[in-house]
Amino acid sequence: MKELVVISGKGGTGKTSIVASFAALAAGRAVLADCDVDAADLHLVLAPRIVRRESFTGGQRARIRPGHCTACGKCEELCRFDAIYSDGPGNGRVERTFRVDPIACEGCGVCAWFCAEGAIEFSPAVNGEWFVSDTRCGPLVHARLGIAQANSGKLVSTVRTEARALAEQRGLEMVLIDGSPGIGCPVIASITGASLVLIVTEPTVSGLHDLQRVAELTRHFAVPALVCVNKWDINPDQALQIESAALQAGLQPAGRVRYDRAVTAAQVQGRAVVEQPGSASADDIRALWAAVERSLQAGPAMIPE
Amino acid sequence: MRIAIASGKGGTGKTTVATNLAAVAARAGRDVAYLDCDVEEPNGALFLRPAVTETRPVRVSVPAVDADRCTACGLCGQICQYSAILLMGEQVLVFPSMCHGCGGCWRVCPAGAITETFRQTGEIQLGRAGGVQCVQGLLHIGEAMSPPVIHQVKASAPPAELIVIDAPPGTSCPAIEAVRGADFALLVTEPTPFGLHDLALAVEMVRALRLPLGVLINRAGIGDSRTQDYCRAQRLDVLAEIPDDRALAEAYSRGQLACEALPELAGRFERLLSTIEGRVRGASRPAGAPR
Repeated sequence: MKELVVISGKGGTGKTSIVASFAALAAGRAVLADCDVDAADLHLVLAPRIVRRESFTGGQRARIRPGHCTACGKCEELCRFDAIYSDGPGNGRVERTFRVDPIACEGCGVCAWFCAEGAIEFSPAVNGEWFVSDTRCGPLVHARLGIAQANSGKLVSTVRTEARALAEQRGLEMVLIDGSPGIGCPVIASITGASLVLIVTEPTVSGLHDLQRVAELTRHFAVPALVCVNKWDINPDQALQIESAALQAGLQPAGRVRYDRAVTAAQVQGRAVVEQPGSASADDIRALWAAVERSLQAGPAMIPE
Repeated sequence: MRIAIASGKGGTGKTTVATNLAAVAARAGRDVAYLDCDVEEPNGALFLRPAVTETRPVRVSVPAVDADRCTACGLCGQICQYSAILLMGEQVLVFPSMCHGCGGCWRVCPAGAITETFRQTGEIQLGRAGGVQCVQGLLHIGEAMSPPVIHQVKASAPPAELIVIDAPPGTSCPAIEAVRGADFALLVTEPTPFGLHDLALAVEMVRALRLPLGVLINRAGIGDSRTQDYCRAQRLDVLAEIPDDRALAEAYSRGQLACEALPELAGRFERLLSTIEGRVRGASRPAGAPR
């Protein structure tokens, strides 16, 4: 079973639109997974019917029980994340007690461990939800990180693990993953150990700059990667420059997709562009998918130097 | 005054808006700083082109274990919530990239075998581009945690009268670290289903932080009208729109500032800046104070 992850470095280059088209082209053969857990959009095109829903706990969270707090200030002194402040209600012993700012709390538990009064609860926090759904293109595993919640990397790992298990259970040959922008924790969690990464970039100075950083990331984690320049005709010279930079970084250009308003029009209709009749970018995406599939089949020969 | 430019969805135009706001403020002779807090993929410097005058390392705490003093009690592994330190047999192993630097292990160690050390996970670059003082953070490739670098970018801000913060996309820890403490959050979106969905998440994030906010619709004219409908229903003010324009996309692709490539847009950014500043001053005016 193969895992293909679509990432971009820079945000908004068209990852999700391309993944939605890939999902339509691979319909019936793949499990789909949306690993962009803090701004997941794939479901907007795939119109999932949720068949399983689970809450996600990525870590613990501290809470001070006001009745037990003696306002000694130890927790505030020890907290490295400025998450403790003292404007809570008083109790019989002290006028003001301490409180934990749930947004700033990193869930380290140091405050609870060292509180002499045992006044700090430290218990699992619900950080989000994940779902298994049916879609017209096949099963989808997706998630929603709660607002202002941490642990996106762990939620990404959960989504990937569930998607792989589902593919094995249903005898499907691949997992198609929509990743998140950047190079940090959720991206690392989505690409480590994957079969192949497709980096979707755009022909701009930012696209080139961000591609170079994300290419270094795939090399760092030894995951083979292909590059696609989306909306290439916005700046053909820059598209060429990106492809030559990709080659220099040991990445194979896999195709180009032209700028096409039909992509946004399809999104408004809740469709992938390849599901709509007669658009030029859909042909580009079909050719790209064929190249990506060839690389997926070719397997380990693609590992860069 | 600190204005954070954020968005749930990536690629909606945060950097375009942030760099142009900083540029028009500098042109007006204002004391302005631009902070690039998208430390995973910082792009502001491609448009402002600052001359970097100083580089500072970003270091985070990690434990170092003195094996001679360690009694293999395992308390360090029990307090650590991140699997960054654990006892394997008689030996304590440290996984620096998992460490959040909470200090639990060295505080809990009864044998005094663990000390706090530091390792570099990124850097801060300071410089100047014309009248704009620039600070950008760069997370080292392969490092997972951007918030400490973002924190350091903000801590390195010069004492400018106006600070424009370019936030990373998303609604989790990095975006929150960038936006918190700002006086105003401007959410940049595009009028598409993806843009709208992620705008709604970003609005919830900013509301959780209790910050005043406004919306800028970029690429106005593409997609549909649902973003406008949402803003009306949520009583969110659309403070500016930037039309979808291929000439603007091409200027961006070459690394040109919109206010220079298309001078007719400069006035739009000037008005946006004064609208935001007016709101922040209005909000901070004591109740009953004269207008």
